[in-house]
Amino acid sequence: METLIEQIKQGKVWPFAGGIHPPGQKQQSTSRAIERLELPDKLVVSLKQHIGANGKLIVEKGQSVLKGQALTKPSGNWSVPVHAPTSGVITDICPMPSAHPSALPELSVIIEPDGKDTWCELNPVDDPKALSHDELVDIIHQSGIAGMGGAGFPTYVKADTRKSIEFLIVNAVECEPYITADDMLMREHAHGIIAGIELMQHLLNPTLTIIGIEDNKPEAIAAMQQAAKHNESIIVQTVPTVYPSGGEKQLIKLLTGKEVPSGNIPADIGMLVHNVGTLFAINQAVYEGKPLIERVVTVTGNTIHKQGNVWALLGTEIKHLLDCQGFSPVPQQRVVMGGPMMGFTLPTVRIGIVKTTNCILAPDHQELAEPGDEKACIRCSACADACPASLLPQQLQWFAKSKEYDKLNEHNLFDCIECGACAYVCPSEIPLVQYYRVAKAEIKEQQAEQIKAERARERFEARKERLEREQEERQNRHKRKPATKSSDEKQKVADALARVKPKSDDKDSKSAVAAAIARAKAKKQGAELEPDNSEVAKERAARKEQARKYKEQKALEQSEETVDKDDKKSAVAAAIARAKAKKAAQATEADNATDAEPEAVDDKKAAVAAAIARAKAKKAAQATEADNATDAEPAAVDDKKVAVAAAIARAKAKKAAQATEADNATDAKPAAVDDKKAAVAAAIARAKAKKAAQATEAENATDAEPAAVDDKKAAVAAAIARAKAKKSAKEQAETESATDAEPAAVDDKKAAVAAAVARAKAKKAAKEHAEQQAKNESADTHGTDAHSDDSSTDEPEAQQIDNTPESSEDKKKAAIARAIARAKAKKLQQEGTDKS
Amino acid sequence: MTLFYALIALGSLALIFGLILGFAAVRFRVESNPIVDQIDTILPQTQCGQCGYPGCRPYAEAIANGDEINKCPPGGEATVKKLADLMGVEAKPLAGGEQAEPVKTVAYIREDECIGCTKCIQACPVDAIVGATRQMHTVLIDECTGCDLCVEPCPVDCIDMLPVKETKQTWKWQLNAIPVTQVD
Repeated sequence: METLIEQIKQGKVWPFAGGIHPPGQKQQSTSRAIERLELPDKLVVSLKQHIGANGKLIVEKGQSVLKGQALTKPSGNWSVPVHAPTSGVITDICPMPSAHPSALPELSVIIEPDGKDTWCELNPVDDPKALSHDELVDIIHQSGIAGMGGAGFPTYVKADTRKSIEFLIVNAVECEPYITADDMLMREHAHGIIAGIELMQHLLNPTLTIIGIEDNKPEAIAAMQQAAKHNESIIVQTVPTVYPSGGEKQLIKLLTGKEVPSGNIPADIGMLVHNVGTLFAINQAVYEGKPLIERVVTVTGNTIHKQGNVWALLGTEIKHLLDCQGFSPVPQQRVVMGGPMMGFTLPTVRIGIVKTTNCILAPDHQELAEPGDEKACIRCSACADACPASLLPQQLQWFAKSKEYDKLNEHNLFDCIECGACAYVCPSEIPLVQYYRVAKAEIKEQQAEQIKAERARERFEARKERLEREQEERQNRHKRKPATKSSDEKQKVADALARVKPKSDDKDSKSAVAAAIARAKAKKQGAELEPDNSEVAKERAARKEQARKYKEQKALEQSEETVDKDDKKSAVAAAIARAKAKKAAQATEADNATDAEPEAVDDKKAAVAAAIARAKAKKAAQATEADNATDAEPAAVDDKKVAVAAAIARAKAKKAAQATEADNATDAKPAAVDDKKAAVAAAIARAKAKKAAQATEAENATDAEPAAVDDKKAAVAAAIARAKAKKSAKEQAETESATDAEPAAVDDKKAAVAAAVARAKAKKAAKEHAEQQAKNESADTHGTDAHSDDSSTDEPEAQQIDNTPESSEDKKKAAIARAIARAKAKKLQQEGTDKS
Repeated sequence: MTLFYALIALGSLALIFGLILGFAAVRFRVESNPIVDQIDTILPQTQCGQCGYPGCRPYAEAIANGDEINKCPPGGEATVKKLADLMGVEAKPLAGGEQAEPVKTVAYIREDECIGCTKCIQACPVDAIVGATRQMHTVLIDECTGCDLCVEPCPVDCIDMLPVKETKQTWKWQLNAIPVTQVD
């Protein structure tokens, strides 16, 4: 039994199944040598002339380029560069019709030749065997060589294959009718091709190199045998003329008897197939340093006068090619790129030659008739007999027509090489290949869509996951805050209780009083609202106490630490706070004490206390604006009083904001702690305010008119005082903001928020107040009511007008007014104590 | 006595089989309904919500639970057909009387008019829009599924749905072209 190599060496071939014998039509174009064309007016060099990705454009419009200069550089997978075919100027870079049946525009470089044809600097290699494998592959890559037989597969990828190659097969079959480009190339440049083969041998180390040439090219066979004489490992194999023996898989079967499994590439079974044109280009690239800028193109067909082969620069428009060879078109002239079997009719002749263009066929109507109408399949099975891939064209046709893509895959549609043998033999003139092409395109599209859908799903799921995670984080953030707060509070309460205890042990009268008040209050509240919440009340009292102390402490701290302005302010604040605390304590005390006779006074006190409490509440609220911001929602009530109250509240809020501002400015670090404490204080103050309001209510219920009047007067007085205080505070703030602009903006915001909160609260309070008064003052004269309304509405407005011109005088006035207000308050308080 | 043997034999058999079954139930547990995955792969994954479910997978689950199979306009008749085959039900025309072949589109943001509101970014189910607040946004064409969800939230209406451009890779031979014969 002879080995495979011996059999091959003996000239044995293994015919493949199927195949057809169309008329060769080659002699027309082999009668003359390969000619060189004159330079065209313009060259349209498409950036993509192969299978794979575009190179990256490295030239720009208006740039002068030399012959052989790279226009793109490789980037990404399977990307090969293109080069300037001649020297000239780039007139444009734009999408131009491409060498494709659709002629869809492809980005192209348009070069206007300067006629000098100046080469760029070439780097020929004299001894390529001295180069490393990678260097040699890089030369092939950078020269832009792609398979010139028709598919345009990047040659460097093949040359760089890591699989061991047993047979290097040179495809010189050129089985398609009319085409003689490879034939002529072999006749004229056999030595160059053999040199290219030897380079590939050097790269791939195959056991044997087989050149397959059809027996209809005796000159080429002779030339190649002559050129390959010196190399034992190169065999020139003559193969019978059958179409499509030039197909890669068919040629492998033909020369070695082996079949490439479906879905595999020849390298998987140790084979590599190169076209002769490609090998010649490799030779040119390595030994002469010339990149791939021209190729042999057969220009043939009955409408061409000078049928033959030409060296065409890549990018030469087909029209130029035809014109140079003498073209007399017939009506409805067809110009086919490629051969009559596998080529396609060009939609326009203004398309540049690309690396894979081996033939331009311009037939008249006799030699290549228009296909007739498609008739029904008669199931003659001629197509199956002709199929070189042993497929079932007829079955495929049915499935393609009914779009049964799964079945098409089952019947190995993708093994179809689209040779057209089936359509050629079909008596019903069914364009079978077209059906397969459409089906293939559809399947590829579906696959692409499937991949895209998969990616979309992944992205969608990733997004969903991200959103969920974000939401969870947000929730956790919300959860954590209150939790820490409550624990802090508890801690604080515990601290406060601890602090309160020793004090009460020391019989501190004040705290004892406070405790008593708290207890009394708790009892009262407990009786009114909930049973048995004395514990809560105690806590509250403790908190209140603590808050008060804290305030004092803070004031002290400030007076010690801060500069004089803040010092004064904080001192004043502290004083006020203390005074208020006292007052409040006394007022409530007085209230709680048997409040029989001096209702009016009590009333006033209560009002004062309420005001103070409200002020405190507001102040505290400033610190915790963010938390309380939600409180700002309550429904608006259209009441004058509400508006007035709101105005007052706003004024208070501003003042309070100033105070907190000052605090924040002086000690930034304990701010957070202060906030919490203040929040506690706010809670206490609110509770107080409520209680006070309740007290007033209760009292108002018992004593009718005089009390109400007094109440009003006191309220008005308080409002005036507060407004004035606000004015001064505002001025202070303004002077402050003048000194430091940056925090002012922040404070403004704070104040605004605080004001909103305060307004909302005021509205609520005012509503309650109004309702209660409406109940109580059924018999009351409207005069007093109106008076109080007027005065309180007028006051803030007047103040606002006054405020616009800020001066030291105003400040003084305010100070005076404040003093008066304080004096009044004291007086009232004294009266209250006297009477009680 | 034989009665006891029989009982013991049957009991031990039952025990053995029970153990085997129990082991199999744990070892070969099916995590989720496999039909849902199958349906999900058929659906076009545009995540457009035109079916009334928030994404393709929820619709797949709904189909598995007996919902109609004809609620996916982006998938067109082909998807309905595939779903019908999979579910063993009759293929129905698309709900809402959608025309035969849905045109594939991608979103395009007219970048001069974009105000950078990020609303479209939030609406995009596949994160195919990039941009930042007050910065121009743009669509990643390769990732866009053409679901239209970004068009509605745009406050300045600067998003267009453009048909996908045909490339050499997506081009198909036109077989139904009317052959022109010159009569003279």
